[in-house]
Amino acid sequence: MTLTTRPGTGATTTGPVDPAPSGGPLRVRGLRVAYGDREVVHGVDLDVRPGEVVALVGESGSGKSTTAHALIGLLPDGGRVTAGEVTLGEGPTPLTGLLPDAWRRVRGVRVGFVPQDPGTALDPVVRVGEQVAEALVVHGTPRRAARERAVEILAEVGLDRPRERARQYPHQLSGGMRQRVLVGIAMACEPELVIADEPTSALDVTVQRRVLDLLADLTGRAGTAVLLITHDLAVAADRADRVVVLKDGVVVEEGPAARVLGAPEHPYTRELVAAVPGRNNVPSASAPDAGPEPGAPDDTAPSGAGAVAGTATGTAVARTDPGTDPGPGATPALLEVRGLVKEFRLDRRERLRAVDDVSFAVPRGSAFALVGESGSGKSTTARLVLGLERPDAGAVELDGAPVGADRATRRRTQLVHQDPYSSLDPRFTVAAVVEEPLRAHRVGDRAERRERVAQLLQQVHLSPDLARRRPAELSGGQRQRVAIARALALDPELLVLDEPTSALDVSVQARVLELLARLRAERGLTYLFISHDLGVVRQVADHVGVMSDGRLVETGPVGRVFDHPAHPYTAELIAAIPGARTAAQHPDRKDLT
Amino acid sequence: MLAYVLRRLAGAVAVLWAAFTVSYLILYLLPSDPVAIMLDQGAGGERVDPERVAELRERYGFDQGPLQQYVTLLGRTLTGDLGTSISSGAPVSGLIADAFPETAKLAGLALALALVAGVGIALLASWTRAAWLRDLLLALPPLGVAVPGFWVGLVLLHLFSFTWFVFPAVGNEGFASLVLPTVTLAIGLAAVVAQVLSQGLREAWRAPYVETAFAKGSGRARVLGAHVVRNGSLPTVTVLGVLVGNLLGGTVVVETVFSRQGFGRLVENAVTTQDIPVVQGLVVVAAAVFVLTSLLVDLVHPLLDPRVLAGAHGRTGGGAR
Repeated sequence: MTLTTRPGTGATTTGPVDPAPSGGPLRVRGLRVAYGDREVVHGVDLDVRPGEVVALVGESGSGKSTTAHALIGLLPDGGRVTAGEVTLGEGPTPLTGLLPDAWRRVRGVRVGFVPQDPGTALDPVVRVGEQVAEALVVHGTPRRAARERAVEILAEVGLDRPRERARQYPHQLSGGMRQRVLVGIAMACEPELVIADEPTSALDVTVQRRVLDLLADLTGRAGTAVLLITHDLAVAADRADRVVVLKDGVVVEEGPAARVLGAPEHPYTRELVAAVPGRNNVPSASAPDAGPEPGAPDDTAPSGAGAVAGTATGTAVARTDPGTDPGPGATPALLEVRGLVKEFRLDRRERLRAVDDVSFAVPRGSAFALVGESGSGKSTTARLVLGLERPDAGAVELDGAPVGADRATRRRTQLVHQDPYSSLDPRFTVAAVVEEPLRAHRVGDRAERRERVAQLLQQVHLSPDLARRRPAELSGGQRQRVAIARALALDPELLVLDEPTSALDVSVQARVLELLARLRAERGLTYLFISHDLGVVRQVADHVGVMSDGRLVETGPVGRVFDHPAHPYTAELIAAIPGARTAAQHPDRKDLT
Repeated sequence: MLAYVLRRLAGAVAVLWAAFTVSYLILYLLPSDPVAIMLDQGAGGERVDPERVAELRERYGFDQGPLQQYVTLLGRTLTGDLGTSISSGAPVSGLIADAFPETAKLAGLALALALVAGVGIALLASWTRAAWLRDLLLALPPLGVAVPGFWVGLVLLHLFSFTWFVFPAVGNEGFASLVLPTVTLAIGLAAVVAQVLSQGLREAWRAPYVETAFAKGSGRARVLGAHVVRNGSLPTVTVLGVLVGNLLGGTVVVETVFSRQGFGRLVENAVTTQDIPVVQGLVVVAAAVFVLTSLLVDLVHPLLDPRVLAGAHGRTGGGAR
């Protein structure tokens, strides 16, 4: 047996684990899955032993989620297992080829499943307690007993007032609470194996940490085997004993978590590990553009010029300057935000103060990041800066002039939206998308605009043949490049980047972040960067403001805030970032913290 | 919950008042003189006595200013008095009360039949794994919507009344006379119910909570009954409110085709003779039926979907961002 207990977060792995098969609960051999004629999983071998946590990591399209669904017989329409054998426990019957009735005696009882999105994975019209009880009722528990047990389960997963919660509906619970309920459902029948499919990727980091702690605690106590599907290498590093790396439906590397993520052997794993944002070392060799080192922000912090910015003293980050240093104190603030307040009416009596007395200044050519969890007010602040929302109090000034409704100021500030899948009109071609701001502001004639679009596409490293394609034919990374090209079309001074990479895979994200860093250096752009991902912020920003409940609780240079947080909330946020375990084991890697 | 009910009630009253006012304005602005029409019908083309015209105008209140007429009419309507018919002289409320039961029988039966057929088709199509059966069942609703009601009525009449002599062709006598009109009226309704419900069910099957339910070990029957039907039927309930309101319009056609007494006949007569008090009364009653069904739907909705009471934010599950 490899592992006994896994108390909380900070457990260490036992020594290297021999990947040879044993009598573990889950044994997968040569699993092949196809959608129609297209095979997407090409012969995956996988073992999860009792009490062991195995992380299956990979990017979108790697087949990790398909593998997980094949293991519990819940492939979407058109998907089927074409070859391979899956066995569970000591039982002689393989799961592959089970009939629906036999599957019903496996799912829930022997294999629990924690789905990805707590926002949609619970039935919105059924009471929470009833949904937990269902997991017991379908396996023969009488309804009354199941309801009683459901309340106990809700208490076990850490919900306060469980009896009351059981009578509530999912929309009355927060995302973290809903994911706790889903963990409770998966564990209700004390299964031998729990498959968790990206269980926390929709949650804020502090909530993510608590939910993963809960999952580790419950499965650790019961000795349950866990197959953790994740795209997040830091989560895998923290939580798994072993890691299996999947690429294009093939296992490219597997082994103990510390070894695979600390000293990856396969080039793809190396690329993945290198792409994790927030690292201070050089970008991966496979990255296309050799721009300025993205981990080293330009040292444009003014000494005494910005109202809040302050000086960049005491930073742990080595600041190398790529040659655009305007000199200390020489840069006045391009963007100045003073005493910003925005309230939203919830109903007749209640008002939500989404933004509460927020002030900061962003010097020309620098990058200021606003970080915080969902509901902290960072996106509303961004909308106020863009002039898309009117503040209830306070002022936003660009170069000393108030940002208002007039179109001239709009030209100077442009937005790159979070979701590249919905921010591009699906019926426009790429060229039309990029050209639209030029047309809206009547810039140039048709030929000049076409010329400009070609230039812009080149600047964001998109091939000119893409100009006539439509967004649906592009990958997520390409789409976000199109969105950046569109934002640059009017030669703005300030770019507001609202979570520009949160919908992208980690390697794609790394390339987009490099592009952003290079564009800033080349064009002297100023960034207001909105993100919940502190790793990304560390990589792109010079200064950071931490928002919580509408208030800016801390501001300062990135290195100072991250290494010596002054506000308890900042400290909590930083402590919740996954990846601490690997970093602790590999002191040479001071990233991910 | 109480605030929600009160808001809906206030809304219902406002809609009723608006229907009354708009119908009054339009009827008042129509370039016709009801009294002249009435006397023309009686006199058979002879010269009309001006004194008699003035007397009638006074009796029906047409001599007053428009605002005054409106206020008197509104006050009377509120006490349940819808005035008297110009063509027959009978009280409008009495005419409507006589016609209503026949129409209510027809509409009620048609609605019940439509629900059974529509829900049955949608559920069977959603349940079956046989692709041919599903495709066949799902081809029915568009067909039912596309075929006009009067045409169906005529075909049914031809087959069941004039060829096989199974059901009577006209009249209001007995249950047998109800069969063909009910079927005619129900086909279009059933088609819409089946269409909207099967679409709702199809979407519900794809929802992530269905996967969660399967992962618990639930079977198809349980997932359908406990999760898919409850979520998938929400749009149908909304549509049903509108359908029931429109049902009155459908009865006009069907009652004409099958020569039945009822609401539809009354509407037809009142409109052709420009019997303004009757038309106005019918509009108010039709609006009342519409408002009541909408109110019923609004009151049932929170029982089916708890997110309704949480307001618009709760619907998508998203909070303030």
